[in-house]
Amino acid sequence: MKRFNVPILLVVLLTTLMGLAWFEVIDLYIQTIVLFMGINIITSTSLNLVNGNMGEFSCGHAGFIAVGAYVSSILSVALFTKSRTFGAPLLPPELAAYGFPLVLIIGGLAAALTGLLVALPSFRTRDDYLAIITIAANYIIISAIINIDKIGGARGFMGMKRVIFAMEKCAEIPWMILWVFIFMVLSIIIIRRYMSSTYGKGVEAIRQDEVAAEIMSVNTNRIKLVTFMISSGLAGIAGGLYAHTIGYVNPKSFDLLKSTEALVMVYLGGMGSISGSIIAAVVFTLMLELLRPLQIIKWVAIPLLLIIIMQFRPEGIMGNRELSDIFPRLKKFYKFK
Amino acid sequence: MTLLQIKDLTQLFSGLCAVSELNLNLDERELVGLIGPNGAGKTTVFNLASGFYQPTHGKIIFQGRNLAGLKPHQVSALGIARTFQNIRLWKEMSVLDNILVAQHFHLGYGLGSLFFRTPRYLKREREIRHKALELLEIFKIDAYAEEKPGNLPYGMQRKVEIVRALSSGPKLLLLDEPAAGLQSADVNELITLIQWVYDQFDLSIWMIEHQMKVVMSLCSRIGVIDFGRLIASGTPTEIQQSPEVIKAYLGDDQL
Repeated sequence: MKRFNVPILLVVLLTTLMGLAWFEVIDLYIQTIVLFMGINIITSTSLNLVNGNMGEFSCGHAGFIAVGAYVSSILSVALFTKSRTFGAPLLPPELAAYGFPLVLIIGGLAAALTGLLVALPSFRTRDDYLAIITIAANYIIISAIINIDKIGGARGFMGMKRVIFAMEKCAEIPWMILWVFIFMVLSIIIIRRYMSSTYGKGVEAIRQDEVAAEIMSVNTNRIKLVTFMISSGLAGIAGGLYAHTIGYVNPKSFDLLKSTEALVMVYLGGMGSISGSIIAAVVFTLMLELLRPLQIIKWVAIPLLLIIIMQFRPEGIMGNRELSDIFPRLKKFYKFK
Repeated sequence: MTLLQIKDLTQLFSGLCAVSELNLNLDERELVGLIGPNGAGKTTVFNLASGFYQPTHGKIIFQGRNLAGLKPHQVSALGIARTFQNIRLWKEMSVLDNILVAQHFHLGYGLGSLFFRTPRYLKREREIRHKALELLEIFKIDAYAEEKPGNLPYGMQRKVEIVRALSSGPKLLLLDEPAAGLQSADVNELITLIQWVYDQFDLSIWMIEHQMKVVMSLCSRIGVIDFGRLIASGTPTEIQQSPEVIKAYLGDDQL
């Protein structure tokens, strides 16, 4: 029975959320915040894989989010809706409900491929130099998008709301909550399985002593490649979900500020802690919304908070521990390793 | 039978000749020492043998296979394991995880089976874990399996590093100054440990060591290098009497 505890809990959580949305107990505004939480969880846990576990400083995560957002948006708009850019839908719009997860995954794969922009240089450089490469990668991606007029260039790209409407024609349920939840759980499972395997422990070995790792038979180049690609691929999926949640994407919304938000979540949660990243994503999303009345002062308050955290609790909320390390009783509830 | 053959090995670091035309042979089941004054190029030889450097000239042949162009992880998969002068364990991982990661060369599952947790993946992970625990038990350090190496005393860390190197089932074990930084009581323990490893496992050991007590009591043959050149080789007694060696260590009496 023990192994079913968490799955049951997740199903209950999902049905409650979907039920609340369906009966309109929570309005669209709150739904959007919940969706952002899920998306931010994917963003922070995936960035944590590189920054926390592998010990590289990637500050261009938003670039991969952008790739996933654009690729999946373009695909879903072209496939399932009538648009000015792509004309009539290529597939019957009724398929949208089934095609959407595939489109998201393709967006993720495209983002994983762009991850090579960072993964390949990482064979020869690391630390600060690699950090600069990640910033460059972020800007390369944004500049590329701005300069492709077909997908809206600097004006952005829209039409994803119609994809959601197409899905709702199939069945009248809050689809986005379903997909965000499923992909959030999937990406946490992927990261956890990766990091708890002997293969994934090679990632930790690279952070702690790369030379020793290579000499003790760890194929460091391959692990870096795989880790960067998983991280950027999941970021791409987060991007696809983000684009379909707000129904509109603009290259400007994926610049360094977005990457910084992802970094703040990772450092707030604690490096290398999956549960830390999840908690931080939830807290951070809530905080952004609560501070909304402050308007522009928000961007003074949040960095200030970061300074305070770094000053008084530099290891973040969780340090490098997991929830099950802090509350050992949780282990009775579910087997965590 | 020859296990490791070093032919005309030369390593230049932009003009500095760290190793120069070195010729050495290691047989199977041999315990050999490599000594020399500070900066003689001993560790460079080990770095070359473990694939960390690519030689400028010359060849290293291990079990009939030229190591040229192989990456360190490939060399270690062939059966050469090593320890480091300054202990290089992964300090934030448990002792058990340290041993597990050294099994990377024969995981025997792909990423696909990892993410889907196929029976093959679960079986291999169990086997790898079991083997690691068994090894810890043989060396009587299974009590520290979940401990972080950083919390263990220095001598114990040395031991863990040797176990980690052994866990990949090497044919050749390179020990880079295993006695460095140990107290004399620990040194005696280390001598017993190395002798025991040599007796129990089917491998050859090649060690760099400064403490004469260790080299003289363990090694059947010793090579001496100075300024990257092999200046003498032979049994411990021969080495102790060699005028070349005395000159290298104590200097010439003529000014």
